Amino acid sequence: MVPLIKIEKRNDVPMALYFFTPFIAIILTILGGGIIFYILGFNPIEALKFYFITPISNLYGLSELLLKATPLCLIAIGLSFCFKSNNWNIGAEGQLTFGAIVGGGVALLFYNQEGFYILPLVILAGAIGGMIFALIPAILKTYFNTNEILVSLMLVYVSKLLLDYLVVGPWSNPEGFNFPETRQFSDSSRMPLLFEGLRIHAGIFLALAAVMLSWFVLYKTYLGFQIKVSGLSLKTAKYAGFKGNTMILVVFMISGACAGLAGVGEITGPIGQLHRMISPDYGFTAIIVAFLGRLNPFGIIFASLVVALTYLGAETAQIFLQIPKYTGQVFQGMILFFLLASDYLLFFKVKILSLKKNELRH
Amino acid sequence: MYKNFFRYLISAIFLLGFSVNSNADFKVGFVYVGPTGDHGWTFQHHEGRNAVEAAGIKTTFVESVPEGADAERVIRQLAQSGHDLIFTTSFGYMDPTNKVAKDFPNVKFEHATGYKREHSNVSTYSARFYEGRTLLGHIAGKMTKTNTIGYIASFPIPEVIRGINAMTLAAQKVNPNIKTKIVWVFTWYDPGKEAEAAQALIDQGADVIMQHTDSTAPVQTAEKAGVWSFGQASDMQRFAPKSILTSIIDDWAPYYVERAIAARDGTWNQQDTWHGLKEGMVAMGPYNSAMGADLVKEVEQLQKDLASGKVHSFTGPIYDQKGNILVAEGKVADDGMLAGMSVYVKGVEGDIPK
Repeated sequence: MVPLIKIEKRNDVPMALYFFTPFIAIILTILGGGIIFYILGFNPIEALKFYFITPISNLYGLSELLLKATPLCLIAIGLSFCFKSNNWNIGAEGQLTFGAIVGGGVALLFYNQEGFYILPLVILAGAIGGMIFALIPAILKTYFNTNEILVSLMLVYVSKLLLDYLVVGPWSNPEGFNFPETRQFSDSSRMPLLFEGLRIHAGIFLALAAVMLSWFVLYKTYLGFQIKVSGLSLKTAKYAGFKGNTMILVVFMISGACAGLAGVGEITGPIGQLHRMISPDYGFTAIIVAFLGRLNPFGIIFASLVVALTYLGAETAQIFLQIPKYTGQVFQGMILFFLLASDYLLFFKVKILSLKKNELRH
Repeated sequence: MYKNFFRYLISAIFLLGFSVNSNADFKVGFVYVGPTGDHGWTFQHHEGRNAVEAAGIKTTFVESVPEGADAERVIRQLAQSGHDLIFTTSFGYMDPTNKVAKDFPNVKFEHATGYKREHSNVSTYSARFYEGRTLLGHIAGKMTKTNTIGYIASFPIPEVIRGINAMTLAAQKVNPNIKTKIVWVFTWYDPGKEAEAAQALIDQGADVIMQHTDSTAPVQTAEKAGVWSFGQASDMQRFAPKSILTSIIDDWAPYYVERAIAARDGTWNQQDTWHGLKEGMVAMGPYNSAMGADLVKEVEQLQKDLASGKVHSFTGPIYDQKGNILVAEGKVADDGMLAGMSVYVKGVEGDIPK
């Protein structure tokens, strides 16, 4: 047997190209989307226009884009700490939910009360809630050597069931006819709106602060250096004497806090109460965002906007052209697929060996 | 020559009338909580939309809109993009619907199964599904051999509890030994969970299964186990032809067409609609011949009596689980009591989850 295709690792991958491939992936996704629209019988140019331009062609649309991108950006920033250091936290959705539960609990505790300190308390509670929930897989990993992918993922269901229990039972709105939702939070625990009539709220500053802080921590501190070295080579990190366990706990705590903030931002922002549908799987979508953004804080801002747009575009395309809304998920899938594919081609050389005609025959 | 002249004249009058009486740009939007192919709740709303479209009115729909932060944007986008009437077809859209309605006073909103009408351009509507449950109870009471009816319930809201009670009361009337066993699944649509719940009830001796959830999984589980079942929301007969005795069908089409025409012609006004068998918003699927001709006849008569108002699903004496009287002898429960129903009647096993 003669191998016809040979795959070799490239030794010198230019960094510029590494940050450029996400754009290639996005362009390929748009082209792929156009082809799908064409096959479905829509005018691809028109469909793409409704998908990527119409949703953000006015102020309201831009505000909605930022509103949607805020939780994605926050969670992805947190995940970048984990992923950079080879810790596979897949349970951001659970940390988001638990953060929302703790934050929402505090908001309900201060129901009908006034005070400037209430909202900060609610936000802090949300961050701590997410942090505690992320510590579970981290502690199990460091002390019992469990697999964090499995544990963090399974905890998503735990948190969702807990939320179900609370909104159906003890926390359900006493005037709400037993519908599975809490009271509407008082204004004192709601995020202030930035503009009258638009839903974009102060939570966006939390996301921007997270971006700045994470850039500082990752690139300017000893912890950031440890994280990067551990990500590149665990053996090197151990040889250098880094305390691996502490770092694992810290990155999970950062990641959980960010997801918790995202959750509390949603319930004190656009939703205003706790119910069963506080997140359309932001915690999972943020994994795509983190990788599309190359685990770089500023890349993540860009990626969160792109992915947020796929949600809005799917709605607009269905309203104006009746294109099934699930194309939004197809787009998200395509982005990830093209990104991984171009990464593969970036890091590996594919050589097709030329064989003589008679060699091919057997 | 004259023929052509008249033709032009007629079409001119027609066009004139058309542009005066009705707005050619008139559009109706629908927001669905599930996919149009769920064969239950959303499927039936989609059928209603098709009827509006067939009546010559343009429509748009958005499916699988989560009941969280996204709902408000979708409703607002429909309002902004020139839709004149918007149906939001799930309870979770209640607050977003009212919020958007405030900003678009010229757009009409119709919210299904909710209770908030904060602005004059918001109507609410729902169906008296409990009337269908009364028929199911009558059939179940007659068909069960184990005297145990299994009930897959979604959330302990008044609508679901009303259904459980209506069914139990009707079953007790024809079979005093009846017991109603309930499994709460806390979801409207989760085929896996619903199938498990059906199996658990069958294992506990239930030989009639009914559901207040939207997937076809329970009837399929019943078909496999060889017990009776009832379809929910749409006619599910083809998913379990042997097992299904009948289905409760939500028929939104007449209401949607009526309201769309009213909105187009400017006669729309705020309402709280609660229609049942009489108006046809609740309809029954075909009765299974395994019921026997006599029982089918009985049930058809009961269906007529419920529709005419001769029989009411909640006629006293009705007692709660502890034996306290809820509705006195000779009285019927009023709509206020039905709307807020939050206790089980005697004969239902277990407690309402709190």
